[in-house]
Amino acid sequence: MAARAIWKGELKIGSTKIPVKLYSAVVDRTVRFHILDDKQLARVKQRMVNPDSDEEVAREEVQKGYEVEPGTFVIVTDEDLESIKPAPSREIEITEFVPPEKISQQWYERPYYLAPDGDEKAYFALAEALENRKREGIAHWVMRNKPYVGALRAQDGYLVLFTLRNAEEVVSANALPKPAGREPSTKELNMAKHLISLLEGEFNPAEYKDEYRKRVMEFIERKAKGRAPRLNAVKSKRKTTSLDSALAKSIAALKKEKRAA
Amino acid sequence: MRPFWSGTITFGLVSVPVNLFPANQTSRVPLRTLGSEGQPLARKYYSETTERNLAADEMVRGYEIEKGKYVVVTDEELDRLAPDKTRDIDLTRFVKEDSIPPIYFERGYFLTPAANSEKAYKLLAEAMEKSGQAGIATFVMRGKEYLVAIFSDHGILRAETMRFPDELRSPADVGLPKKKKVPPATVRKFETLISKKSKKDFSTAKLADEQTARLLKLVKKKKAKRSNVVHVKGEEHENGNVIDLVQILKKSLAGKSK
Repeated sequence: MAARAIWKGELKIGSTKIPVKLYSAVVDRTVRFHILDDKQLARVKQRMVNPDSDEEVAREEVQKGYEVEPGTFVIVTDEDLESIKPAPSREIEITEFVPPEKISQQWYERPYYLAPDGDEKAYFALAEALENRKREGIAHWVMRNKPYVGALRAQDGYLVLFTLRNAEEVVSANALPKPAGREPSTKELNMAKHLISLLEGEFNPAEYKDEYRKRVMEFIERKAKGRAPRLNAVKSKRKTTSLDSALAKSIAALKKEKRAA
Repeated sequence: MRPFWSGTITFGLVSVPVNLFPANQTSRVPLRTLGSEGQPLARKYYSETTERNLAADEMVRGYEIEKGKYVVVTDEELDRLAPDKTRDIDLTRFVKEDSIPPIYFERGYFLTPAANSEKAYKLLAEAMEKSGQAGIATFVMRGKEYLVAIFSDHGILRAETMRFPDELRSPADVGLPKKKKVPPATVRKFETLISKKSKKDFSTAKLADEQTARLLKLVKKKKAKRSNVVHVKGEEHENGNVIDLVQILKKSLAGKSK
């Protein structure tokens, strides 16, 4: 079944415009739990209380404040928040194109498929051009009163728009010191590189399944029927061996496996 | 601050105990909820039937099996549902660093060496960096299974959690139209446009949080004008919940977090 578009806009590159529709590329499969009170087994509610008296404060009396100094708040009203909203727009403006490897994995947040909305020729031509030139577009747009910076990318011939995280949201390894400890020897390094090369392959996402999610759902279903299975306690013991011998044994084991295959 | 999670990377027969810290933090300005006098309020859970506020140990987690009917699942059960071997970050596959489509990436965590694992940690990080490979693994952490790609980033291991394939839609799922052959001239027109607007690098200065900057500017203006400013006695000490992630990571990398 076709999904519903969550937003409509227009890609704008210079003076060229391509009308598009946005679809979430993500399906939420998280096992969702509710918070219950342990006596009635009913959903709990939330309210704001005065911490001194534990008494509820009515919604109309609640205000928002920014703490400028400990104990001092500047009240931020609904009108204030309204006044700083970005101007609504339907434009997704592409300001520049960059090589994809210049955008670290850390920045990508949420992917959206773009669908052509009237001009299929321009849509597929742009996707093909992005693939041929190996570039990603940097996009700026306002959606539901929020400004976004994103990356426009071609994937399997279609356009995908990613929201990127704000600069303040990402801690860069650049800002961190190298871990303490002694440097590995050349011999160890060569063995480790050898081990990596034995495990090298293509990224094949189809190999990976969320087995735990399945196990949790099965457990819930059995418990609902009153037949919860007994679960064993977790034990975590591990014996330690020297780094050198662990590397050598790993390499030998993998080589044997490869020969057998 | 305690690490978000502690676990073990396994790589062949080598095991590297690690601590895990988030690499992302919120940039949004925390607005506090205040009462009519400006006093900070607390959020409380309560029972609708008894009207009573509930303490943490009076609440449980439930899965709604049918409307209004819940199956209670405890932390212990969730924990025991993960077999021992699924708790390790077992690097069974290495792939070229730039070969993973970004549609998979969800969020980042830094891994720091724990329990005298510095030597093995540095070895793995350096070998990965030199070979330009990222390690792939699945593991269970805090009641959820994660698919991760681990990158070596300036000598530090960084895990990016990834969406499982069934958490992503395909173009067909979304109902995108069939791909169309387009005239080469139209493609060329876009290629020219791309070349004209191409930059060699990407500056993260473009990613500044404008909305938060606007809010802070407004707050500053109001403070200077002394409009809508309240001072609450006895709240002066309350500023201890701002977490400096970079400081925590620095300590952990220097081996001083224990």
